[in-house]
Amino acid sequence: MTTTTPEVDAPKRSFTRRKRIGTRARTSMLIGYLILIGLALIYIYPFIISIAASFKTDAEATQNALSLIPDTVTFAAYERLFGDVPFPQWAGNTLLISTIVTVGRVFFDSLAGYALSRLHFRGRTVVFVAFIAILSVPGVVLLIPRFLILQQLGLYDTYGGMIIPLLSTAAGVFIMKQFFDSIPVSIEEAARIDGAGTFRVYWTIVLPMARPALVTLFILSFQGSWNELGHFIVSRQSPELNTLTTGVASLVSGQLGSGNQFPLQLAAAVLMTIPVAVLFFIFQKRIMNTTEGGEKG
Amino acid sequence: MPSTAVRPRRGGGLRRGEARSGWLFVAPAVIITAVFLVIPIALAFWVSLSDWNGFQSPLNPRVNFVGLENYAAITVDEGLDRRNFGISVRNNLYYVLLVVPLQTILSLLLAIQVNRAALRGKGFFRTAFYFPSVTSTVAIVIVFQFLFTASGAVNAVIGAFGIDGPDWFNDSTGLVHGALSAFGVSGPPPALAEPGFLGISAWEWLAGPSVAMSSLIMLAIFTTSGTFMLLFLAALQSIGAEIDEATLMDGAGPVRKFFSVTVPMLRPTLFTVLTLGLIGSWQVFDQIYVLGGASAGGTISTPAFLAYRSSFVDLEWGQGAAIAFILFLFIIVLTLLQRWFLKERGPKKRKKSSTSPSTTTEDSAASATAFTVDGGLR
Repeated sequence: MTTTTPEVDAPKRSFTRRKRIGTRARTSMLIGYLILIGLALIYIYPFIISIAASFKTDAEATQNALSLIPDTVTFAAYERLFGDVPFPQWAGNTLLISTIVTVGRVFFDSLAGYALSRLHFRGRTVVFVAFIAILSVPGVVLLIPRFLILQQLGLYDTYGGMIIPLLSTAAGVFIMKQFFDSIPVSIEEAARIDGAGTFRVYWTIVLPMARPALVTLFILSFQGSWNELGHFIVSRQSPELNTLTTGVASLVSGQLGSGNQFPLQLAAAVLMTIPVAVLFFIFQKRIMNTTEGGEKG
Repeated sequence: MPSTAVRPRRGGGLRRGEARSGWLFVAPAVIITAVFLVIPIALAFWVSLSDWNGFQSPLNPRVNFVGLENYAAITVDEGLDRRNFGISVRNNLYYVLLVVPLQTILSLLLAIQVNRAALRGKGFFRTAFYFPSVTSTVAIVIVFQFLFTASGAVNAVIGAFGIDGPDWFNDSTGLVHGALSAFGVSGPPPALAEPGFLGISAWEWLAGPSVAMSSLIMLAIFTTSGTFMLLFLAALQSIGAEIDEATLMDGAGPVRKFFSVTVPMLRPTLFTVLTLGLIGSWQVFDQIYVLGGASAGGTISTPAFLAYRSSFVDLEWGQGAAIAFILFLFIIVLTLLQRWFLKERGPKKRKKSSTSPSTTTEDSAASATAFTVDGGLR
């Protein structure tokens, strides 16, 4: 690496030099590993003991938080989640809502992004500038406005009110527009000369080419709607419409009897994390890919 | 931004009906955004100027226009409302002051460690650090409550070093107050006890984050450092070769290399991470909501949460909307400043390397992160 001197020329000198650098590099590498392993433990250990604690009794989880293996393994927390607690209903709602929201976002945002990138129409620039401006609207200040409009439209406390406002996002439109700007137009032009309609060109030619961006949008949308809390706080009040986030949050405020009930809460947290974790591991390469792309450049 | 508008116009036949399809294609996104974002904001602005109490429609004729009364109640009029707002601003200010620098430093450290050429198990470490970023805040709060409870894992660990840990999430002691009381100062000197800005005395402004808020600060750093690590990683990899060359030339040590080569080259990313962090940490809501917001003597309440509580719990809709609008303006100003600085920097950077692909990678990574930091796409 660092020694470029041919060893035949000055074997002794090169040898000692390499050895010195070698030890130093090795020490610093060892320290680096130790720091990394320590940090990785801090990041992972909380999740591991949480999973462990979800199989403990309430008393053991409280008194013996650090232990990895429960003294008495119990599935009581999980049984309660599927018995006393309407956890399956929450999961069903979340699954339904995030599926529709994800499909809707991928479709509507790619449609709009394509039009803003490729189609010529009066007002295109205005629409695009408006989307850019909307990008800077902080999500958290939308809570009160969203409630007001859903109430006005009679959509409050309905699936429609929970789903429709999330179906499109300025950010998604922006990502798709940027992507279409970066791919060549020649193939579509050829198809158009053949006389295919705009929607057919979009559906059969453009969308298949846009797969990388669509997957990115899919991941962001699914994760975002699965973990969404604020909108579901202000768009519903019926317990039947609880999603995983609002339902599990209600467990924290201790609506179910006395005690801290850590195993129950942790079991709920573990179960609600699984789908996002699975998605993350499937698309891990692509999520981290922003990185690898930079490496080539 | 590359624009397709510069293409030469083709024959009218090919572009026939394009205007119609164009509007048709953007219609769903435009309608959803208009109906569920633009109009609602206008509606909420009206509510912030009215005495609507939550009954019937805010547009019904019995609702009165009260001018800036709601804004005055939380900023200039003496009373509990102003005090609550002031306290929430203070809490959030300490949150920002600690979260932004700490998460930036930690994520940079993680990125540099994970970027080492000879590192084995790169994928494992990256996954470990990034994983908290993809999980729901609700789940993370539950995990943290469990870890930081009085008899929990954290206290067990620091107990091994002979330290008696606090009941983290329920402890309202400000860190600065706590430190001062260790020196026997348990109350304010008369000069600091007078009500000051937003009705909060200087002594209270200087309380520092409460122990409970400090736990939330750790939670925030834990969940965001992975995302920002990816941003730094992208930047480090695009400048990696240049750094190695520069170091080879002058044979600088690792510390010197870090401060005189790596940090200056990372300046654009550093700026992005700092401003994204700044914008994101003024919006903290989910964690506070899950914890109930009123716990720990009100020391974890933030403006975003107070806006929600004033409206949905106390039915003071006008005040809630007013708080939301103050927050809105403040964050918009931060965002515009960020965009303005980025633009100022833009042309210079382009001159240096006009065809550098790293710029676009970094920008798209930055925008993608901005959305995830905001809690998914909104």
